[in-house]
Amino acid sequence: MHPWIGAGDHDRRRILDELGLGTVDELFASVPAEVCVDRLPLPDAEDEATVFRHMRSLAESNVTMGSVPCFLGAGVYRHVQPAVVDAVLSRAEFFTSYTPYQPEISQGTLQAVFEFQTLMCQLTGMDAANASLYDGATALVEAAHFCHRALRGKRSRVVVAETVHPLYRQVLATYVVAEGLEVVTVPAGGDGRVDADALGKAVDGTVCGVVVQSPNFLGVVEDLPAAAAAAHGAGALAVHLVAEAVSLGLLAGGGSLGCDVVCGEAQSFGVPPGFGGPHLGFFACTEQHVRQMPGRLIGQTVDADGKRAFCLTLSTREQHIRRAKATSNICSNQGLMALAATVWLESIGGSGLAAMARSCLARTEELKRRIRALGGPWRLAYPSSPTFNEVLVLGPGSGAELAQRLADEGVLAGVPSARWGGSWPDGLLVAVTECSSASDLEVLVAAMGRIS
Amino acid sequence: MRRRALRDVPLIFEHNPERLRRQGFPLPALDVPDVNPAEVLPASLLRGPDVDFPDLGELEVVQHFHRLSQLNYAVDEGLYPLGSCTMKYNPRLNEQVARLDGFAGLHPLQPERQVQGALRVLWELEEALKAVTGMSGVTLQPAAGAHGELTGILMIRKALQARGEGRDTVLVPDSAHGTNPASAAAAGFAAVEVPSGPDGTVDLAALDRLMTDRVAAIMLTVPNTLGVFEHRILEVAELVHSRGGLIYLDGANLNAFAGRALPGRMGADAMHINLHKTFSTPHGGGGPGAGPVAVSQALLPYLPVPRVERHGERFSLRWSDPNSIGPMRGFFGSYLILVRALTYIRAMGGDGLREMSEVAVLYANLIRRRLQGAYHLQYESPSLHEVVFDDSRQAAHEIHNIDIAKRLLDFGFHPPTMSFPLIVHGALMIEPTESAAPEEVEAFCDAMLAIAREAEEDPETVRSAPYETPVRRVDEVLAARQLVLRWKPEANG
Amino acid sequence: MSIPEELLYRRTHEWARKDGDQVVVGITHYAQEQLGEVVYVELPEVGNSVDAGEELGTLESVKAVSEFNSPAAGEVVAVNERLADEPNLVNEDPYGDGWLVRISGSPDDDLLDAEAYKKLVEEEKG
Repeated sequence: MHPWIGAGDHDRRRILDELGLGTVDELFASVPAEVCVDRLPLPDAEDEATVFRHMRSLAESNVTMGSVPCFLGAGVYRHVQPAVVDAVLSRAEFFTSYTPYQPEISQGTLQAVFEFQTLMCQLTGMDAANASLYDGATALVEAAHFCHRALRGKRSRVVVAETVHPLYRQVLATYVVAEGLEVVTVPAGGDGRVDADALGKAVDGTVCGVVVQSPNFLGVVEDLPAAAAAAHGAGALAVHLVAEAVSLGLLAGGGSLGCDVVCGEAQSFGVPPGFGGPHLGFFACTEQHVRQMPGRLIGQTVDADGKRAFCLTLSTREQHIRRAKATSNICSNQGLMALAATVWLESIGGSGLAAMARSCLARTEELKRRIRALGGPWRLAYPSSPTFNEVLVLGPGSGAELAQRLADEGVLAGVPSARWGGSWPDGLLVAVTECSSASDLEVLVAAMGRIS
Repeated sequence: MRRRALRDVPLIFEHNPERLRRQGFPLPALDVPDVNPAEVLPASLLRGPDVDFPDLGELEVVQHFHRLSQLNYAVDEGLYPLGSCTMKYNPRLNEQVARLDGFAGLHPLQPERQVQGALRVLWELEEALKAVTGMSGVTLQPAAGAHGELTGILMIRKALQARGEGRDTVLVPDSAHGTNPASAAAAGFAAVEVPSGPDGTVDLAALDRLMTDRVAAIMLTVPNTLGVFEHRILEVAELVHSRGGLIYLDGANLNAFAGRALPGRMGADAMHINLHKTFSTPHGGGGPGAGPVAVSQALLPYLPVPRVERHGERFSLRWSDPNSIGPMRGFFGSYLILVRALTYIRAMGGDGLREMSEVAVLYANLIRRRLQGAYHLQYESPSLHEVVFDDSRQAAHEIHNIDIAKRLLDFGFHPPTMSFPLIVHGALMIEPTESAAPEEVEAFCDAMLAIAREAEEDPETVRSAPYETPVRRVDEVLAARQLVLRWKPEANG
Repeated sequence: MSIPEELLYRRTHEWARKDGDQVVVGITHYAQEQLGEVVYVELPEVGNSVDAGEELGTLESVKAVSEFNSPAAGEVVAVNERLADEPNLVNEDPYGDGWLVRISGSPDDDLLDAEAYKKLVEEEKG
């Protein structure tokens, strides 16, 4: 017997008697003996305390982001975590419930996600946003597919800036190998942005979509209006990819700058770094293209008494109805993480988010000033390019060497920019947020100074 | 049935309509010089004053979500007999472990020597899933079952290419979940339907005709979506393998036989496992899930990267491998979900997993016995962990499965699955799982029997249900005809 | 009248009305009944050329999507623009205001007359 199994031995005997059976094995008669085993090669059940001790010892052996000055970014960011977020997520009504296919008893989930959709529309400048995707990398994949579908499959090239996160681009490459899509990568220019001339040349009548990340992998803010114009000039769609969602507190979302899609990663909105997952992909587009959107959508309607209610809608795009012709094969999404983002945004508040973004900017500018002051072998890779909260810093050695030596000094200084290749200099991507105190910055710069 | 007053819950945007400044979550004080954004960023790229959600005090936010939560039914409230969803208990121990800062507070790009415990969790879970499936390798990357399906099919595709074969078709039973053909299509294959025979299992004669050298794989759910075990699985596997195809198993129904049978012995080349089903990780109102894929020797070389490797007591990550299909997502997987699953497996043990499937099957058969007099059973074959009735007896009174479902809400239960399998019209797919007390399962049966009686004696009551829920039957047609996908200041009332 | 005498029918429940050198296309009363309340109609682009039997577009209800196929070979000269805002016309007046597409061309040889279509529907229902 086990506490997570609701029937005890006597209960099972009673049920077997009612079914007129001797043993439970008789219910498995249809399973061929050749595939059966008497037991699994796994240890027996452990009590709760024993399991907890084992897992806790594995957890405690790790060095957490919060325990040392930490400037790691590259798609996963450290922001304030109000206790309220986890308190709401811990409510069983939210985390033990299912996809809201029965709207009459899921208005809590439905309304919360409708609020999420609204928040994402406001922040991205778009008309419609879905109820989440897996993560930023798969959001890029969905965007490529979306552009292809929106142009009715007549154009099969997708132009992607090299300054889009290299790991996201690797994931895209995994997917497109099986489809008729070709990815054309446009290199970074000397200023840390995508090369505008090369972009212009790459976008022609065979291209369905143009993807630019801003702020990009190198931390530089891209010229989205120019990218959108280049795309539209050739009849293609423009996609604004976001890896650091807090940037939307200060920088306009692609919807306000002429783009057709804004998508990416919203882990910054209250989702724990969690060693890489679960995170929160998001996708937003214009009203014109809403029927091509992947993933679940929640719409407003009324009930039989005329009362406002919410429900899943446009389900005919999805796999459980369209099957092979679905807009995506996505079924389970990141629903609880979308709830986390909703609670987080509503706790921080509209002006709170703007203040947070401004704090990130101010602290990053302060770091840049101190690195300039430090001098010697230390310098900014793109001193004149606009950045938000992540900068590429060059020093006395490769990015990997610098990361190692600074880690020895007790600082998680940044992600080596060359760890997935790329045509840019080899240094450290240093992410600064509202959580990076002045003393953290001092410790970082002092450690840099000691390594020369 | 008791009641209490539930006030309507406004949208958060309807709070504090004048947007008066209240104190939201405070930020760390700015201890560096402030910067005017327009001085360091191009003014044309700065956002306008178009973000329109209020700043609210903490209790106002807490009350908003508390009141929303009261509108939801959940596993913690009562039985959730959704077929193929395996809505079992989500143990609180899992939640405690997943919230340990030593897991939640890790960045995936920290130096390996700092995260050895975290890497060990990945390795331990892979080993445990290999033991559960009897298969040779595992990837923990996929974020959901559908994601796992695509991963498995892409590995199959690469394996066939390596053999120099360009097969372009995947066989999918007509009883399959919609993600199966959707995933096959996403991997560039044409999905061809294989009919089920009168017993609900794959028609072998049809399979023989359809299994040509253009077929890369067959995707099978075991037991299938009717809750019936493919008892000739070994013949199916032999047939497909002998003609150069591979076997993909959809592990959504693993709760039926975990601990008792090994997919590795069924000829599986790839099988995804839904951790949010069989292994108790929470459904979260739609996600996140996790869909690790176990593979046979044949597919080992093609597993996604990054992969965990063990060298004695040290763990490392391999980020690239030319044979791999590549990464299917950022980083290693839905890590905090993986942590929960490992916790569950350790707590249940091999013996507990076997008992789990036994009781899941026992409860499903109890329900079958109790309801088969009142509801029509299209397939007589033995049910494992789920039973599929249909509404054909009730249809005589113009009551359909959707009406039965809505009326069940009035009895305080979540309805069964209805949207598939497509081969059963008006389906009621019931999967109780092993978690509930017997009385809860029996109460569900009583409610279903009461509704069957109502369908005969008072159908109008059933047709206009529900009455006892926070909202009454929702107009889904209006939702689709007049799309309102967000709040707007002028529009909403 | 649920199966107008003067129309021709496909086995897949589309109707065709010859109008000079054009053909008007819609779905039958039986088809709209099976589909349920139509929430969205995807229509072809004017100017597209189609073969008899080729998919012209789709009709969506809340729970299902159905393709509709061409009963004629030719070029699409007009589509029913009212359906963008009033998809319910397909349910309410399938042979009149709920028309779908107008094609320049002639109806396919293989179409059923009203009598034969009536039989088909009776077989399907029974």
